[in-house]
Amino acid sequence: MADTKNKKEKSPVVLFVAEEKEPLFSKKNRKLLSDPLDDNNPITVQVLGICSALAITVQLKPSIVMAIAVIVVMACSNVIVSLLRNLIPNRIRIIVQLVVVASLVILVNEVLKAFAYDVSKELSVFVGLIITNCIVMGRLEAFALGNGPWKSFLDGIGNAAGYGLILVIVAFFRELLGSGKLFGFEVLGHKGATLAESTGLYALGYENNGLMLLSPAALLVVGVIIWVQRSRNRQLIEKH
Amino acid sequence: MNRDSNAYTFIFAAIMVVIVATTLAFAATSLKPRQDENVRIEKMQNILSTIGIEASKEEAQETYEKYITEELALDNNGEIVVEGEEAFKIDLAKEVKKDEEQQRFPLYVADIEGKKYYVIPLRGAGLWDAIWGYIALENDVSTVKGAVFDHKGETPGLGAEITQAWFQERFENEKIYDTSGNFVGVTVQKGYSGGNDKDDNAVDAISGATITGDGVTAMIKDRLEYYLSYLKEQNSKVALK
Repeated sequence: MADTKNKKEKSPVVLFVAEEKEPLFSKKNRKLLSDPLDDNNPITVQVLGICSALAITVQLKPSIVMAIAVIVVMACSNVIVSLLRNLIPNRIRIIVQLVVVASLVILVNEVLKAFAYDVSKELSVFVGLIITNCIVMGRLEAFALGNGPWKSFLDGIGNAAGYGLILVIVAFFRELLGSGKLFGFEVLGHKGATLAESTGLYALGYENNGLMLLSPAALLVVGVIIWVQRSRNRQLIEKH
Repeated sequence: MNRDSNAYTFIFAAIMVVIVATTLAFAATSLKPRQDENVRIEKMQNILSTIGIEASKEEAQETYEKYITEELALDNNGEIVVEGEEAFKIDLAKEVKKDEEQQRFPLYVADIEGKKYYVIPLRGAGLWDAIWGYIALENDVSTVKGAVFDHKGETPGLGAEITQAWFQERFENEKIYDTSGNFVGVTVQKGYSGGNDKDDNAVDAISGATITGDGVTAMIKDRLEYYLSYLKEQNSKVALK
């Protein structure tokens, strides 16, 4: 988390504490939403939240649920902490942030258990681990404590969506190449026991890549995304 | 009030704790019935999947009633002490903590087109926390029809893989009696080289999940032992090799 704070903020908006009247979706506010999706992406640029990106991206469905869960938790916790920012005693602010995040995560977990039991089992410990997701605490400390609720809300949604976007992209490639499916549907054809029983690509002798089902594959995909992103936007390349 | 004073900090923390506790307690209590229902349905699905029947959430109840003909619980002498729905409700997590004499041992009997299967719930310890599952025996009370396992907190990617179909499929058609007729259970073996041998009472373990695998071995051996006398009695006609 200290890394986030020390890191030079790329977006000028973060330094700007606005309290005067401005339209809800002013240019600056829109940037709060769009920046983390690309130029200031929590995973590919700030390299936060990698651990859960490895674990739950084998299939699309859990990644999308995880993305939604993180969006809900980050948006709510950012707003709550921002509303309380003038009341929170400075000495226990990290604990207060943790309590806010932890209670929201427990709520999300309970709701998932009641309404999406299969998914909650699949995500198992990772829902709980949203609490320790560096992105959540990082944004609370770096943004919500110094900005109004609306801006914090946008910032939370933006960063969580930036995280979720990468999850979904990674999961898309891992599920497609690893098991030849998308959302559990066999999009590349059916793999039978023999070549003759197979359809689609499998009939031509295509094989699934087992490596894509293992965690390291997520790093490979994230690496490729970082590469593509930096070759498109050279400003992101670190100077040594 | 000074935001940095001790009094303020304490009051803030106290109020925060009360609000958070109330909210969470309320949410947990109001969602409990739905969660319990999910757990109940899942238990039915698990029992059905050991005998090779996959049922969706909606159909689980109906399919379960169709195939499961008896729900009972034994005492440690193999006598039936509970029958019917009460036996389904028995929480093995609580039972295993009791003394052997007071424990009840649930058993579900399934009937698929005249073939009888015995589904036995299992519970044991993995590396980090509890592991549990169900194992179904065929009419000869030695051949495993199928098994499912689940866990509370095994390492994702290692021990947690016991929930995967490819691991559970290895148990199918394994025998719990060795060739001389002694009860040995099914061992999860490191460096297994038996290939497809179904008479060696062992299956291949998962790399990096030795302790979870040992837990599965122990759980099958320990739990099945209590049912042997009852099952033998049911199948006195079937000669065990």
